[in-house]
Amino acid sequence: MSRSALLVLADGRFPAGGHAHSGGAEAAVAAGRITDAASLEDFCRGRLHTTGLVSAALAASAALGADPAELDAAADARTPSPALRTAARRLGRQLLRAARATWPSDELDGLARRFPKGAHQPVVLGLTARAAGLGPADAAHCAVHESVSGPATATVRLLGLDPFDATAVSARLAPEADRVVERAVDAARRVAGEGVDALPAASAPLLEILAEAHAGWSVRLFAS
Amino acid sequence: MRTAGVRALARIHARADGRGGTCLPVLDGDGPLAPRRTRGSGGEAHVVLVGAMSGPLGGDHLTVRADVEPGARLRVGSAAATIALPGRHPGGARQDVTLTVADGGELHWLPEQLICAQGSDLTVTTRADLAPGARLVLREEQILGRAAEQPGRLLSRLTVRIGGRTVLDQELACGPGATGGWDGPAVLAGRRAVGQLVLVGPEFEVRPVGAGPLGEDAAVLPLAGPAVLVSAVATDALRLRRLLDEAQDRLAAPSV
Repeated sequence: MSRSALLVLADGRFPAGGHAHSGGAEAAVAAGRITDAASLEDFCRGRLHTTGLVSAALAASAALGADPAELDAAADARTPSPALRTAARRLGRQLLRAARATWPSDELDGLARRFPKGAHQPVVLGLTARAAGLGPADAAHCAVHESVSGPATATVRLLGLDPFDATAVSARLAPEADRVVERAVDAARRVAGEGVDALPAASAPLLEILAEAHAGWSVRLFAS
Repeated sequence: MRTAGVRALARIHARADGRGGTCLPVLDGDGPLAPRRTRGSGGEAHVVLVGAMSGPLGGDHLTVRADVEPGARLRVGSAAATIALPGRHPGGARQDVTLTVADGGELHWLPEQLICAQGSDLTVTTRADLAPGARLVLREEQILGRAAEQPGRLLSRLTVRIGGRTVLDQELACGPGATGGWDGPAVLAGRRAVGQLVLVGPEFEVRPVGAGPLGEDAAVLPLAGPAVLVSAVATDALRLRRLLDEAQDRLAAPSV
């Protein structure tokens, strides 16, 4: 693996459009459920162990070379909210555009042909990691990092939370994030033998429920 | 006092009787699981699962299987809520429900709540395999703890397949020892009642249901297939049931 390539892919400035999404934080702030660094941490911890784990396992599987169409269908089944499925495909499309320019590869071209409307972002992330010469754990680390840093940075804008406090939340969750990566990669390695049912399906009911209300807001700062 | 975990299996098999009704060539259960036929309505057979013992307790493993053949119509309920309790055996309790519905068959799977009492440790899987022309109404409600007590530990996975394609696969982990953040603002935010209502039918392909919130704590979520999920959380079992009943009434309008 190339640690430098990993940093390019994981960099928040990588032009893949993630900054426009709050990972559900905007709706949770509006519902009064994120009010400070402590509740942000609790929110991020829940997200890490649910959608973070699922995204990481999908990304690791894609990095290992599992069939992207099967992974994309598995992502659909694990994302009951249509608003979140749409957001995941939009993010996937944006990431794929950036990835093809950054690490040109036949696999990424093939993915773009197969999914003209965009594949789920974690699937694209895993194939991007592959194109960049990275492995399944790298892909999982990127997914897990996004699952926490997205809401953390969004909350700085939404609540005017001190950026130092928001970053400290991500840092405090780092040891748990490492364990989630291990679980995700273990599951991803089982996909070759057991199929996509081996992928985790951890869900967060309120993320799904609030995403639908959020999608209907006429004015919002973030797309999801 | 029971000295070993219970292994029990209940089976229900519904078949069209050729005269517009549904017969039940298989209807049996042992241990704590006793399926009883009750008066049906129209062409639909009704079965009630009667809990003959307390449980599931730690160490128990209960399996329920219902198969609906082409054109048969089956409605299954339960006589009372299921209460998961701590047992004397390590390793927790397990309950597996497997449902299959053939083309033109219809299953209403509407058990009462699952209550996870303090100290309990239960793993539940529910798997529904449907043919493309099958119909399903499935409701699951998880109540975390009896009134004013801490919840037990629950790991619950619900999988729905239509024509071999998985349209819903979701797992919920909660209670002591569950992964972090389960009670936080992303997952349950202190709510103690969680419910899912799944509706499957070819009509959802023809006439898709719109997605949207149902109040603050529930949403109608059309799945990537001819199916819709209503996901809800609530402060208690009564409010949860009210939310799911309202959603079911709204969605079960006569198909065009």
